[in-house]
Amino acid sequence: MKITHQLALACALSVAALCVTGPSIAHEIKLGNLVIHHPWIKQPPGGAEVASAYTTIDNNGKEDDTLLSIAVDGASMTMIHEMKMEGDVMKMHEVQGGLTIPAGKTVELQPKSYHVMLMGLKAPFMEGEEVKGSFTFAKAGKVDVDFEVVAASANAPMKH
Amino acid sequence: MASAKTLRVALWGMVALVAAIIGLIALNGSRQSGDTLALANFGAPFKLASSQGGELDSATLKGKPYGVFFGFTHCPEVCPTTLFEMSATLKELGDQAKDFRLIFITVDPERDTVANVKDYLANFDPRIEGVVPTMEQLPEVARAYHVYYKKQPTSDGSYTMDHTATLFLIDANGNLKSTLSFDETRDTRVEKMKKLLTGG
Repeated sequence: MKITHQLALACALSVAALCVTGPSIAHEIKLGNLVIHHPWIKQPPGGAEVASAYTTIDNNGKEDDTLLSIAVDGASMTMIHEMKMEGDVMKMHEVQGGLTIPAGKTVELQPKSYHVMLMGLKAPFMEGEEVKGSFTFAKAGKVDVDFEVVAASANAPMKH
Repeated sequence: MASAKTLRVALWGMVALVAAIIGLIALNGSRQSGDTLALANFGAPFKLASSQGGELDSATLKGKPYGVFFGFTHCPEVCPTTLFEMSATLKELGDQAKDFRLIFITVDPERDTVANVKDYLANFDPRIEGVVPTMEQLPEVARAYHVYYKKQPTSDGSYTMDHTATLFLIDANGNLKSTLSFDETRDTRVEKMKKLLTGG
């Protein structure tokens, strides 16, 4: 009986340990009323001078905030772009004055929509790599984040 | 006299009618050939600098199905995604697509040189060949494929490009067979490619 209990406990603990230590931790960053979900970068083609980064931001507060800028190690310049398809034409434009994160809303930066354009890459980002960076908001301020580099063929980060 | 005048009027009337009929036939004929021309020899001809050295003459594409896609190497999303997806499709089709060529034409010759288009395409399937028109050649080749492109300045003094993201699939006779849009699913892409390759 005692041994069975101990075994059960050991099993439960190892499962718990796996859950906590594995790469399956939900990658979330809280900053005041904002929650930034899993920032990621799509691995660019080797030698490319640009790449794009994505994330999802919840604003649980009662006031709008604005994502002013993003810094990513290894990219000398970043810019928030909106991409949209107009018929067969792909159009991109820079989001001027930052991206509004409305109160009580979620804004998704994802393929075929808003993205952070990374320019002046010093070295190619490789799949699986963790890249350091930060987000700066008008009200909530600045927070450090890690971007996960995801396979080029992916349209979304690995589901964790 | 009266009967001769009537005859003359009747004859001129017939001439006018025949002329009108001939005119209509001619107009109709030219309209029809106009329609065919728009799809036959789609986009061609061109002779432009190639990432594989020398010039690519569109005449050498004839006889085998091929694809044409316009983009640029500073493109963060549409271009690499399309090229990665097409690389995966070509890999999947394997031998069935061994003679297929995909021509990537840059809409940004200001920044894209033959050398950096070559480096860029090294990331993708070797059946993808880059073509770099000069600034003077670009409007003509884009017009031939009904492709839109526009430079969009950005706040850092640089720019990005808006452009048509459609991939054109052209059959062995040089006719436009079908197109692949950016939103196409993997299954549709493979199906359209198979149809193109088998002439189905």
